[in-house]
Amino acid sequence: MLELRDVQAYYGNIQALKGISLNVQVGEIVTLVGSNGAGKSTTLMTISSVVPVRSGSITFLGKDITKVATDKVVSMGITQVPEGRMIFPALTVLENLRMGGYLRKDKAGLKEDEERAFEMFPILKERRKQYGGTLSGGEQQMLAIGRALMARPKLLLLDEPSLGLAPIVVENIFDVIVQINKEGTTVLLVEQNAQMALQIAHRGYVLETGLVTMSGKASDLLEDPKVQTAYLGMD
Amino acid sequence: MLEQQLINGLTLGLIYALIAVGYTMVYGVIQLINFAHGEIYMLGAFFCVTFITAAGLPFYAAIFMAILCCILCGILLDIIAYRPLRKAPRLAALITAIGMSIFLQNVALMIWGSRSRPFPQTALPPFFREKALVLGDVSLTWLQLFIFAVAIIMMIGLYLTINKTRIGTAMRALAQNKTAASLMGINVNYVISFTFALGSAMGAVAGILVSVYYNTLYPTMGYTAGVKAFAAAVLGGIGSVPGAMVGGVVLGVAETLGAGYVSSLYRDGVAYAVMIAVIIFRPSGILGKSVIDKA
Repeated sequence: MLELRDVQAYYGNIQALKGISLNVQVGEIVTLVGSNGAGKSTTLMTISSVVPVRSGSITFLGKDITKVATDKVVSMGITQVPEGRMIFPALTVLENLRMGGYLRKDKAGLKEDEERAFEMFPILKERRKQYGGTLSGGEQQMLAIGRALMARPKLLLLDEPSLGLAPIVVENIFDVIVQINKEGTTVLLVEQNAQMALQIAHRGYVLETGLVTMSGKASDLLEDPKVQTAYLGMD
Repeated sequence: MLEQQLINGLTLGLIYALIAVGYTMVYGVIQLINFAHGEIYMLGAFFCVTFITAAGLPFYAAIFMAILCCILCGILLDIIAYRPLRKAPRLAALITAIGMSIFLQNVALMIWGSRSRPFPQTALPPFFREKALVLGDVSLTWLQLFIFAVAIIMMIGLYLTINKTRIGTAMRALAQNKTAASLMGINVNYVISFTFALGSAMGAVAGILVSVYYNTLYPTMGYTAGVKAFAAAVLGGIGSVPGAMVGGVVLGVAETLGAGYVSSLYRDGVAYAVMIAVIIFRPSGILGKSVIDKA
């Protein structure tokens, strides 16, 4: 479905990605784990065309999207829940959701998906007239996910959905991710919380300083001694 | 006397407000003070007069055509001058904006000459100069009433566009977080063009109203009006559309009262003194943003 081939990207003169190759198949949850600065977020941002690709290629459903503009990438079916959630603070919860469905014209379907988001996260329904900026971190994360789903993506990119959230909220969010995937959305999940990410993922990639150092079935990575010491906090 | 000054001040203030929203909206979406916005206002007046004198269009048709031309100018201004600098340091875009202001002023000088000219009175509806309302020694002309009506209708229209439509919500989203907006599938450049179009339409109308009100237009008229309207936008809180509206009215009234009660020589001085005072005590402006974001 999605394939990155030897993708390199820079921030100014600093090379953030030194040649990332990975793929995501239809129906999977694939996770990218690794420590701070490994290039996980940058990888998602190159897929969304927010960070330009210096060399290498990205293909989605057989089409080259390496140089396709961000809004076109979204219209092809890839949406992102960015790191830090990036809720619009001075738009209401409902307006935030509607921005998620910005490119869609089918009013009935949009209404339906609004209801679906409110079913998934009932707290958002209560707060639908509140400004996004007044929500708690967990609520903002729920809103960010609900918003990204409003575009009915084929592939959902999630960047650190657990960041800064209480463990109970994190579990709720991860349950939702599994549910979204079961309902047919393919997921590419970036997480520092490698334990949780590998538990729900089918496959995983380990990133270190802009390179893929390991990859395989998520269950195998969970058992791997190197992964255990470096990312799962085991000795 | 005071009532009359207030009415005159309000007329002027509403016009400043029309121009000021153009500054504030563009600042909101791309953090640029578009110093060439005053020239769009000036072009509005010249286009309108040209459509009347050279093309023989009736007054209202000429206004409509002038608005369309200014929308086009505003969009082109962004595409040609500012878009290539979107990722450049802000100072580069700011200098370019000043450059475009001077450039457009000189283009107008080349085309229309430097002398100020009257607005063709025969094209105006004849009742404009008549009094619509007389209460004691206070009077309101039909023209003033027309300016009130047009300005207020345009403000309401703008408010509804920004707050109730899909593209307006996209504008606000873009102003709050550009990356997030593009991740929603919003075509950022399209929304920016739309913002310039909206601001230019409002500016064009202001230019036409002023040239009718004072019965004069000249190529450098955009400079003073532009600086005043920019001051109004800052006074109201740059980036805030209701702020620009309030700021415009406050500035217009302050200026008229200053001219009436202090000295007509100090009209600008009084206006700026009010602005400086507000900025000292409330640096974010009257309705400046204080967005709450807990997370």
